[in-house]
Amino acid sequence: MLKRQIGLLTLVAAAALLVGCQTPEPTPEPSPPTDDTRPISTPPPTPEPPTFNDNMEPYYPGSTKLLPRVFYFELDKAVIDQADLAALETHAQVLMDNPRRRVVIEGHCDERGTREYNLALGERRSDAVSRFLKAAGVLTSRIETVSYGEEQPEDPGHTEAAWSRNRRAVMIYR
Amino acid sequence: MMANEAMSQADKLAHRPKGGAIELLRNLAVTGRTRRFTRQPFPTIRKTRLHRAAPTAVGMAFIVVAAFCQGAESLDSIIIDAGYDQQTKIAVVPFRIGPEFGDREPISDIIGFDLARSGQFAPTERGNMLSFPAERAEVFFRDWRVLGVEYLVIGRVTTEFNGDVSVSYELYDVTNERAMAEERLTAPAAKWRDLGHTIADAIFEAVTGVRGAFSTRILYVLAQNPGTEYARYRLEVADSDGARARTLLSSDEPIMSPSWSPDAERAAYVTFETGRPVIALHDVATGERELLPHFPGINGSPVFSPDGRSLAVVLSRDGNPEIYLMNLADYRLRQITRHHGIDTEPSWTPDGRSLIFTSDRGGRPQIYQVELATNFVERLTFEGRYNARARLLPDGVHLVFVHRRDGVDHIAWQDLERNDLRVLTETALDESPSLAPNGTMLIYATQDQGRGILAVVSIDGRVRYRLPSSSGDVREPAWSPFIDGLKSAF
Repeated sequence: MLKRQIGLLTLVAAAALLVGCQTPEPTPEPSPPTDDTRPISTPPPTPEPPTFNDNMEPYYPGSTKLLPRVFYFELDKAVIDQADLAALETHAQVLMDNPRRRVVIEGHCDERGTREYNLALGERRSDAVSRFLKAAGVLTSRIETVSYGEEQPEDPGHTEAAWSRNRRAVMIYR
Repeated sequence: MMANEAMSQADKLAHRPKGGAIELLRNLAVTGRTRRFTRQPFPTIRKTRLHRAAPTAVGMAFIVVAAFCQGAESLDSIIIDAGYDQQTKIAVVPFRIGPEFGDREPISDIIGFDLARSGQFAPTERGNMLSFPAERAEVFFRDWRVLGVEYLVIGRVTTEFNGDVSVSYELYDVTNERAMAEERLTAPAAKWRDLGHTIADAIFEAVTGVRGAFSTRILYVLAQNPGTEYARYRLEVADSDGARARTLLSSDEPIMSPSWSPDAERAAYVTFETGRPVIALHDVATGERELLPHFPGINGSPVFSPDGRSLAVVLSRDGNPEIYLMNLADYRLRQITRHHGIDTEPSWTPDGRSLIFTSDRGGRPQIYQVELATNFVERLTFEGRYNARARLLPDGVHLVFVHRRDGVDHIAWQDLERNDLRVLTETALDESPSLAPNGTMLIYATQDQGRGILAVVSIDGRVRYRLPSSSGDVREPAWSPFIDGLKSAF
């Protein structure tokens, strides 16, 4: 366990050094997303697709598909779903490619359980995402976390379906 | 000319449906809404960027003066769901009043309803009363014995030269035909309801031997449209029966975890008004407010020590939620727990020597106790996989907390000496239990038809009532310590 943590720290440190050495690239000017349904009159050269939309939501690099920013959790758990790892890797890439951007990770819970315990659980969820990004090379200074516990549900319902939507971490780019 | 409250209520009684005493009282409660007025607008919070305090943030606290304000919607009428089988029969005869009080909520109704919601009393319906005495000379005990009434309350209300209200009342033991309590109370006219609650407290104590807690207040959070862009959160203070609600703070960011100082003058709570959780202290009477020094991560669960000098808080400034004591004189911190699990939801033992808290150090949330002199930690709950947010009864031996059974959260009670656990509530999604200062009842938050409401249950689980709200989701009630309702500034 300790060994693994040290390994992780080394990775983070190395990544931090790497990032530190890169010369910051200027963020590309946002241009309107290409609309595939419209016939293209002048095919080449294809314009570079933007990194973010107007709401500061990132696209998959080089595409017009939005990268998921909300990641869901099991009840009383703060373990990232294996299926979300690829998207989170991409977020780390986006952050490293856009050094002027910062990210706030919000942690949220469903309404079951007590409010202050959920505030702590929400923090564990945002921390889990934060740790992943750091391990993937994003500088600590560019990540902020905040837990809202069960105070800001995505779905105000009281069903299993609503609860599963509310146990989440949300990445907000700034 | 003196009019009787019974006469001023004649129209209402004419339309009263047939039913038991509780039915009658529910009706009366509906008629008994107090007038509300707005003196100043709510202190509304704007979103501002937070300036993180340095970890040694001594003296960094700053003062915000929030306006004293009125104008909130009171909670709806109480719905009584269960009481004791053997209730003490008491007749609270409408007090004799001058015509200047004709539009007021009858004081006898305030008293009768307080006694009824304790679950221990069955007030006699006014329609069944054979006479309406207001003075000793008018009392014929036989009239009351015929009805099976054990205790009788009569009284008179007059106006003083300076506009204050004077209430004289007597409590009689009908069987022995003797006075058990008599008193004359004088207070400003704005203290009308407090006069009723104060008399109810005295009657409750004279008959049961337990100090009444009807004059107390409750703090709670009212959330409107949570999770939407129209979200609004209000910190409210109301009478213990939900009437006379007043907004202490209104914000478009969440408000959490309100609790009282032991002198009931201040509230501590968590506010997200800066975009992050920060602990605030709020003078309930003046509205003067102070944001405490705050740290990265969670700043939560503020609970005053029994001496009022320090605050138990939860901070995750070192990456993990731990319990600290903050000295309110110099804001110095002392770390109490040190564990990589979640440690949160502290509350004090009545002697102030230990804290009870929630921790998942054993894998699942359970209740623990830590002795402050030694930092010695002991686990208190073992039954079930989720036990959290405990509060100790004034006797220091009984614990109430949130207990998950078959996936449903209820309020449970545990005797720490015999370790037996009993589930007190039948509702679901129950949380935030808060004890009345006399330890007889607890108020908690639950769901009713998809809406957050407050409910009250007696410590033995047999008396239950609800305080519904039509103004939004009501949550996180905090029952105040004993207060002198006639002197209190709010």
